Amino acid sequence: MADSKKELVVVALENGTVIDHIPTDKLFQVVSLLKLDSIDSQLTIGNNLYSSKQGKKGILKITDKFFEPKEINKIALIAPCAKLNIIKNYEVVDKKPLELPDEITEIVKCVNPKCVTNNEPVKTRFHVVDKNNVAIKCCYCERIIQQEDIKIQ
Amino acid sequence: MVFLQRNKKPSGAMKTRSLVSITDYTKEKILHILDLASQFEKNPNQDLLKGKIIATLFFEPSTRTRLSFETAVNRLGGRIIGFSDASTTSSSKGETLKDTITMVSNYADLIIMRHPLDGAARYASEVSAVPVINAGDGSNQHPTQTMLDLYSIKKTQGTLENLHITMVGDLKYGRTVHSLLMAMSHFNPSFTFIAPDELRLPDEYKQFCFENGIKYRELSELTDFADADILYMTRVQRERFLDLMEYEKVKNVYTLKNKMLDGTKPNLRVLHPLPRVNEIDTDVDDNEKAYYFQQARNGVYARQAVICDALNVQDKIN
Repeated sequence: MADSKKELVVVALENGTVIDHIPTDKLFQVVSLLKLDSIDSQLTIGNNLYSSKQGKKGILKITDKFFEPKEINKIALIAPCAKLNIIKNYEVVDKKPLELPDEITEIVKCVNPKCVTNNEPVKTRFHVVDKNNVAIKCCYCERIIQQEDIKIQ
Repeated sequence: MVFLQRNKKPSGAMKTRSLVSITDYTKEKILHILDLASQFEKNPNQDLLKGKIIATLFFEPSTRTRLSFETAVNRLGGRIIGFSDASTTSSSKGETLKDTITMVSNYADLIIMRHPLDGAARYASEVSAVPVINAGDGSNQHPTQTMLDLYSIKKTQGTLENLHITMVGDLKYGRTVHSLLMAMSHFNPSFTFIAPDELRLPDEYKQFCFENGIKYRELSELTDFADADILYMTRVQRERFLDLMEYEKVKNVYTLKNKMLDGTKPNLRVLHPLPRVNEIDTDVDDNEKAYYFQQARNGVYARQAVICDALNVQDKIN
């Protein structure tokens, strides 16, 4: 019964996207990364909700909004365990884990203070070298950055 | 996990004939460049760059690298523009690197640059209309040093295949060590890494060896190199140590003395990217196994080869 209620919360959208299982401390970073603070669509933000897997979790529901994979997959950088649900006509039509793209441009800041991207007006660019544990490599200074050290610009 | 990868297909840099990182070169390309270098050693003065203008942009000072590049260009009949001190250029007025490189690429046929920032050469190769050769970008890459190291190894050993290379000193921060390891990985090497605990080879390079089936062992004292074909010495820098007591403890342990070369393989050669401070005693200099000064001379031939490849004029070599 409890499960079906939770499911109901998720499918209460007629059409749109639900991003579930976001770590609570990353929720607002995800909002910012997807620029949800400036969209016109109806947006529901839930945080510190009960999760049997994580203890507490965050959730985002965005009405009538479907993201390009390239755009949505960016959030795997900071919340790799988040789950994506695509809702059409109140049904979950697609439920999938996030997958990092091969290359990340602009959104991450290089941790190396001597990197050219931190000293000249250069857009950052990273190759994703480990999709499972999230590690990225700066295309310029070649520094490898692990997930816990990733800083969003 | 695949953090470090060798190049299997031409990268963006290779399409423009730039050399930014040693991983821009495939195995075939490395062998081709070494072959060109040996031709230049036999016949160093050739007018292959007649009518070409080469810019040497040294945003930070360098003696050996700049002089050997400029010697290479002069021996090939090219003309040089550039600077050896960024304080006399517009970058001291706040001009961006992009603007400086774009402007110079309007004047010159090739840019050779050294810059204090990591990744500056990659960025320059993206904005430049002409090829860029990296002569050192911060603590990141210095690929022509690797090419002259490879040339020295091939020349002294007759081959690059199946060699045992012992690397000594600062294996954590030493960019020459990392690049040489990556380049040698094409040739079935085995390694001994000798370093103090603070300066051990980073895990990603050991992982790279493991994934590519390269045998290695790690030691903390410069005692056992009887099986080495190449002893690659590097400087243990005082400023790398958080605890200066540790530096005092290890600094003399990593000094190679002439007597220590007794009983080593007859083909062993001692290499060092220079400048040497106290990690090789001067009493080694007269030993026939000391090769570091010849190694520096090989830099001119290796750089002649890299320059000709970047300008695609190698077909005219005599």
